[in-house]
Amino acid sequence: MSHVIEMIGIRKEFPGIVANDDITLQVEEGEIHAILGENGAGKSTLMSILFGLYRPDRGIIKVRGKEVHITSPNDAFDLGIGMVHQHFQLVHNFTVAENIILGKEGGFVYDIKSASKKIKEISDRYGLSVDPEMVIEEITVGMQQRVEILKMLYRDADILIFDEPTAVLTPQEIDELMQIMRNLAAEGKSIILITHKLDEIKAVAERCTIIRRGKLIDVVDVKSTSAEDMAALMVGRPVSFKVEKSEAMPKDVVLEIRNLNVMNNKKVLGVKDFSLSVRRGEIVGIAGVDGNGQSELVEAISGLRKVESGNIIFNGKDITNASILERNEMGLGHIPEDRQKRGLILSLPLSTNFVVKEFFKEPYSRHGILNNEAIEEYGEKIIDKFDVRSGEGIHSYAGKLSGGNQQKAIIGREIEADPELLIAVQPTRGLDVGAIEFIHKELVKERDNNKAVLLVSFELDEIFNLSDRIAVMNAGRLIDIVYTKDTDEHAVGLMMAGIKKEERSEE
Amino acid sequence: MKSKLVNKPLEARKASPLLVSLSAVFLGIVAGALLIALIGKNPVTGFDRIIFGALSNVRRVGNTLGMATQLILIGLSVAFAFKTGLFNIGASGQMLMGGITGSILAYYIPLSMPRPLYLLIIIIASALVGALWGFISGFLKAKFNVHEVVSTIMLNWTAYWLVYDWIQRFIVDPTIVVKSKPIETVHTLRADWLTELTGFSTLNYGFFIAIIACVVIWFILEKTTLGFRLKAVGSNRFCAEYAGIKVNRSIMISMAVAGALAGLAGLTYYCGYSNIMEMGKMPNEGFDGIAVALLGNCSPVGVFFSAVFFGILKMGRGSLAATGIPTEIADTIIATIIYFTATNVILANFWNGRFRKSFEKMEEAVGLALKSQGRESVNISDLSKEERKELQKLGKPMLKEQKQKEKNIGKEAK
Repeated sequence: MSHVIEMIGIRKEFPGIVANDDITLQVEEGEIHAILGENGAGKSTLMSILFGLYRPDRGIIKVRGKEVHITSPNDAFDLGIGMVHQHFQLVHNFTVAENIILGKEGGFVYDIKSASKKIKEISDRYGLSVDPEMVIEEITVGMQQRVEILKMLYRDADILIFDEPTAVLTPQEIDELMQIMRNLAAEGKSIILITHKLDEIKAVAERCTIIRRGKLIDVVDVKSTSAEDMAALMVGRPVSFKVEKSEAMPKDVVLEIRNLNVMNNKKVLGVKDFSLSVRRGEIVGIAGVDGNGQSELVEAISGLRKVESGNIIFNGKDITNASILERNEMGLGHIPEDRQKRGLILSLPLSTNFVVKEFFKEPYSRHGILNNEAIEEYGEKIIDKFDVRSGEGIHSYAGKLSGGNQQKAIIGREIEADPELLIAVQPTRGLDVGAIEFIHKELVKERDNNKAVLLVSFELDEIFNLSDRIAVMNAGRLIDIVYTKDTDEHAVGLMMAGIKKEERSEE
Repeated sequence: MKSKLVNKPLEARKASPLLVSLSAVFLGIVAGALLIALIGKNPVTGFDRIIFGALSNVRRVGNTLGMATQLILIGLSVAFAFKTGLFNIGASGQMLMGGITGSILAYYIPLSMPRPLYLLIIIIASALVGALWGFISGFLKAKFNVHEVVSTIMLNWTAYWLVYDWIQRFIVDPTIVVKSKPIETVHTLRADWLTELTGFSTLNYGFFIAIIACVVIWFILEKTTLGFRLKAVGSNRFCAEYAGIKVNRSIMISMAVAGALAGLAGLTYYCGYSNIMEMGKMPNEGFDGIAVALLGNCSPVGVFFSAVFFGILKMGRGSLAATGIPTEIADTIIATIIYFTATNVILANFWNGRFRKSFEKMEEAVGLALKSQGRESVNISDLSKEERKELQKLGKPMLKEQKQKEKNIGKEAK
């Protein structure tokens, strides 16, 4: 069998870290080859080397048996290597066809008609069903991704790299993408799939290269290896996917949202007529694809965004127009979506970050004078309790911590403040399996401590694993609230696309 | 305070802000020396003259400190705003407003008022008016999102013309109509004992105001909840907002404090260092203060020393002229230092590189020494400092030998 891509003994060092340490990757022609690894394991570095964004310190790259030096993405294009990035690179007010030929117009006057025809042909051949005349901003995210794929195919790429392609898709769109990948492979394209999601690998890949901390761990045959075994290889120890939790015992309502309307940044309603209640002792998960009003909803609850109309009731008090400080003081904890922007002050030490909501209270200060001893003691406590690892303990600058430890620091701060309601937005984004396990356990612990937890996540696995009830959001509206035990991913997936149960039964 | 360092790994030293600032000063002086040499003069004489002019007797030292007084206060004003995330480029205007307030009060308050009370009044009044001037910028930023750089520059000119008008209107010197009437010495910040002690220099109570301001600002920034709020907003206003800190209020407070400091600088300058205000003159100190703050790494202590340093250059430059070296050389040195402080990342990288190299060498030497003792398994981080030093001494010749060997092998290969 011939290797279409061979990367042999690749080493890449960044100051203070070996990102790739003697990694070898061999991809066969026409196969779907997955690269599995935790965040920071070195997957992206390896692919960036293949795509010409980095030069390796050591090692050779062979494409179709011939040794090559790829020094820029253009070299990669010339070798037929195309990459579908996690973040799409499309011009929003251009049509699909215009986006695809961008950079390949050829000549002063370009022929959009014949380009459209070619695009249509490619689209039909691989079952992409993309209309070249549509404008990008009018099509769904899933279709935008297919435009990215088309872009590669239009440039005659036959080695396609997919970088975490499912992060922005609904479950149904993921299924469609998987089918497209199979079609592409059947037509002789070779596919490299970068991901940390095992079920996707199980669904489409034939072989899987597993990387851990910059080192090649194993290349496994996907069919004959269980997901658990692959996960263990990825993390270096057995992991449990299921969060251990007992039946919820919900009590009185802590948070009640009534007919809430909130503007988004574009000055149109991002949250529309939204009602929801969260009770003590339960985790309510808000499912939905990114950008469907979840951020606006959370910002409205936490006081960061103005409410247009409707009410937010917290422990029986109307807090619709209360200040952020008042809400914090009433016991509203919030693990924000963007941990580096909102969650931490990166240029200040951890000890300061831990008391950023408490510093004006005793014992951390008295009569306006800070009590550093008490502040440091409190910091030590959080670090010990939540296993926040850093070079210099509480004196480390928050920006020097790894993503997982930054998140643990925030969660430690919020939980230690003993909130009545904890809002957790994307609490495990970008974290490794170990940190995810830890954070999930902490959230369940909060629930079992008789607190209310509102979870917002774009990862359906996380929603299903943690939530007792699932509220599905689409285009700013609440589509439905269901008990987790009464539903499945398929049903929630349809709701995420905006299709309600009753409507489906009418079909 | 019991601060324990949690398993801090052994690593190369990092360049401190002090080292970076000193490097910038050094490079500035080198650049000045080069310039003096280029015009065919002796750099040593040049610097000798600057030191002579600034520090050679008590009067000159007094004058240098008198000059530094304004720079300390303005430097503090800029540094305080910086620490809280704001760029106060309007210190000149705030200084003018503080100065005119002091001057008008000095003109109208009867000489019979007890001096301590009088001093208290003008200090508070000029600080308040300066604070008001800063507050306007803070208010515009908080309420209408007007960038403080724009509003402070605008307010500099507003102050400039207000002062222009008020000198004529309230305190003009009838003999020279472009100036205010000189303030009686008992109504300035000058003190007889200070003047006599320093051989009739410009040193005045303002210098003590500046020192007190340094201490107060340090205390506010490091020890109070107010400083905590302001620093949080300055470092990450999104996180501060999320934490429930009132961001807009912090911005207004911060600009007002910065304005008050600059207002005090105006008082010490126009009613202490000098005793008149001229019409149509924008004080340079407002901009020098930015350099002072940068060189002082925006810390109150750093600001104090960098202001004194700039004071030396500014006072010493007058003596340069006698040697035929243009006085602009001193300004050039200041400018060069500003350039180097502004590019402090390069300096820091330079030092970090040096530290890393010597650290690696130390590691190698210690490693070799350990090997020679048959203790290869020992982790360098676990050794005490003394042990490490001894081993390093032991390993150094070995390292040299090894390097020499490698070189020889390389030669033979050729």
